[in-house]
Amino acid sequence: MAAKKSAKSAAAKPNVSAEELLGHYREMLLIRRFEEKAGQLYGMGLIGGFCHLYIGQEAVVVGLEAAAEDGDKRVTSYRDHGHMLACGMDPKGIMAELTGREGGFSKGKGGSMHMFSKETHFYGGHGIVAAQVPLGAGLAFADKYKGNGRVTFTYFGDGAANQGQVYETYNMAELWGLPVVFVIENNQYAMGTSVQRSTKSPSLWERGVAYGIPGEEVDGMNVLSVKEAGQRAVAHCRAGNGPYILEVKTYRYRGHSMSDPAKYRTREEVQKMKDERDPIEQVRDMLLTGKHASEDDLKAIDKEIKAIVNEAAEFSKDSPEPALDELWTDIYAEGAAS
Amino acid sequence: MATEILMPALSPTMEEGTLAKWLVKEGDTVSSGDIMAEIETDKATMEFEAVDEGVIGKILIAEGTAGVAVNTAIAILVEEGEDVPDVTPAAATAEAPAAAPSAPAEATAPQNTAPPPPNADQSPDWPEGTPMKTQTVREALRDAMAEEMRRDEDVFLMGEEVGEYQGAYKISQGMLDEFGAKRVIDTPITEHGFAGIAVGAAFGETRPIVEFMTFNFAMQAIDHIINSAAKTLYMSGGQMGAPMVFRGPNGAAARVGAQHSQDYAAWYMQIPGLKVAMPYSAADAKGLMKTAIRDNNPVIFLENEIMYGKSFDVPDLDDFTIPFGKAKIERSGDDVTLVSFGIGMTYALEAAEKLAEDGIQAEVINLRTLRPMDTETILTSVRKTNRCVTVEEGWPQGSVGGYISSVIMQEAFDYLDAPVITCTGKDVPMPYAANLEKHALLTTDEVVAACKTVTYR
Repeated sequence: MAAKKSAKSAAAKPNVSAEELLGHYREMLLIRRFEEKAGQLYGMGLIGGFCHLYIGQEAVVVGLEAAAEDGDKRVTSYRDHGHMLACGMDPKGIMAELTGREGGFSKGKGGSMHMFSKETHFYGGHGIVAAQVPLGAGLAFADKYKGNGRVTFTYFGDGAANQGQVYETYNMAELWGLPVVFVIENNQYAMGTSVQRSTKSPSLWERGVAYGIPGEEVDGMNVLSVKEAGQRAVAHCRAGNGPYILEVKTYRYRGHSMSDPAKYRTREEVQKMKDERDPIEQVRDMLLTGKHASEDDLKAIDKEIKAIVNEAAEFSKDSPEPALDELWTDIYAEGAAS
Repeated sequence: MATEILMPALSPTMEEGTLAKWLVKEGDTVSSGDIMAEIETDKATMEFEAVDEGVIGKILIAEGTAGVAVNTAIAILVEEGEDVPDVTPAAATAEAPAAAPSAPAEATAPQNTAPPPPNADQSPDWPEGTPMKTQTVREALRDAMAEEMRRDEDVFLMGEEVGEYQGAYKISQGMLDEFGAKRVIDTPITEHGFAGIAVGAAFGETRPIVEFMTFNFAMQAIDHIINSAAKTLYMSGGQMGAPMVFRGPNGAAARVGAQHSQDYAAWYMQIPGLKVAMPYSAADAKGLMKTAIRDNNPVIFLENEIMYGKSFDVPDLDDFTIPFGKAKIERSGDDVTLVSFGIGMTYALEAAEKLAEDGIQAEVINLRTLRPMDTETILTSVRKTNRCVTVEEGWPQGSVGGYISSVIMQEAFDYLDAPVITCTGKDVPMPYAANLEKHALLTTDEVVAACKTVTYR
């Protein structure tokens, strides 16, 4: 069994093209700016309820999406805006769902935590902690049943990793050889409870060993490390070897949700992470020191991203609220199998 | 360009807060993510971060100010070198955020979200002259599943002991041999996990049939049945749902005690997004199961262990289905309407037989599906008999009969000559002792007595 610790940081490896780095920079920046804007719209009362921001964790989805092929699937928890942006869903439709408008991906009926896109194979957006884990294995089950060679990325947090259904799923996923990559986004806090206060397990990925599932720990602040590990995981699944676990060590800068004052950690701890490990700054440094881009090039990208986000925000305000008739639609699917 | 920094809402319910502390001063440069202020809500003190880059041109609300309404301008952000515009600090009253373009006021909405039932359709289930064969409910269920699996490659059966063991109650007997292990899948004993996997597989465009060894064990899986299967179509704005069947024995068996003896009809009947079928006869079982498997929604299919071995006439047709939302009048009568479903029908039909001996003609309605529910057939009958008794094994509080009785009261109150009586199981956990168990269950005599009460006999 190939359980192992991750290779050293991929950052040192120079064989990365400028184009690739710029792509990662752009995608991570889009998530960060989008989330900042979402936080602002929440503050203005335009977004309601719970709103969980992905700021700080951008390298995880961007790195893994770089390892995915067309037709691969993904499913995650309620902290889902980054996953949707990274798999190519239109920022306008995402932001309009956050504001509960007709132009949102779920016509305003799902909200921040419950969004889906069949077109980009994004299967939610699930509000119950860890429910997406068997759902993701089920998507992989369907792919294996159909023999289509697809892989499903199933994301969950360190908090979800203590739910029983995760281990029921590990057991069946390995038993049935399902092509699913379990991605534990270990951002170190399950709402306000640190990993150290919720388990004595030294690592989360190693729990898969009990079920025969290989895995590894990954530096989740480094997009290239994530991508490289993602490629190993996907290759394992696609070759018909069953599931693979990536425990991606990451960090969320903001509170659990907008209404979390985050008093369970110090401001210094957060600041240190921002100063020393920020995933976007790391790529920015690589681009500048590697002379792949100039300050002006990056400024132009910043401007471009800001325009996309502002356009999404404007769309999310201008899109009308759903018609009241929508209350009564989409409860039952019409028709039957032919 | 100068922009106003507004007092943020920092929780789903916050309307105002205290600007506890400024962490920046006029003239400071800020960029995205910098913490500018601490704001106290009724629950906590929160840090407030900058979204835009710029220079703090003017602070409009001094630190320590309480009762600052959400969306009040608290500072002005300017660009480097830009003059601070002349702004008078706003009073700490909020302007509501720009109202969304709003939808037309009155929706013409149906009261019942389930597809509307056919208008008291009492057409026969099969054409006159159809050859019949005798089958047990068990055989009918197996045939229904096997026929649908032959018809559609995407249909598979998953559950504990469905394959090599041939089914804990032998419903899937012979299916592994015919369809192989790819489509008849034995699971470990992990209801929560395999129910979730099956829902995911349904999202992935297969059509799973999930067998629960009994519905008692489905309580471990109920989060996936309701939160994942029933709600996703709505939450996704119609993009994806879970076309699948959750099936297995439900209700009391015999002498298995409290944890193995519970009727879930009323639980699942409450959930928009689910359909709920509860067959009585083998013909019901066959026709409803085939419809359930083809339905594009999650269907709860409540069987009964005691009924598995009972034999009934089943039409000998290549493709026999029964539409959902169509009740069956099993026996006609003018004096009282008896409404039941599933095993409850055995009490209702026995009671009707006994009542006939006393000259009381009961009309017995077999609901067959609880969601959608054919209330039109019930109401049509009650308008004729002016009396109604409901029969079920489940508990009284929040019962199926309670719902039916409220529908009758709202739709046919003027037709009633007596209050509706709901016959149910006793309001106790199922005891083990034989004599106590007998008392906890509904009896035919109780149904007879209820009918006599409403007919004043």
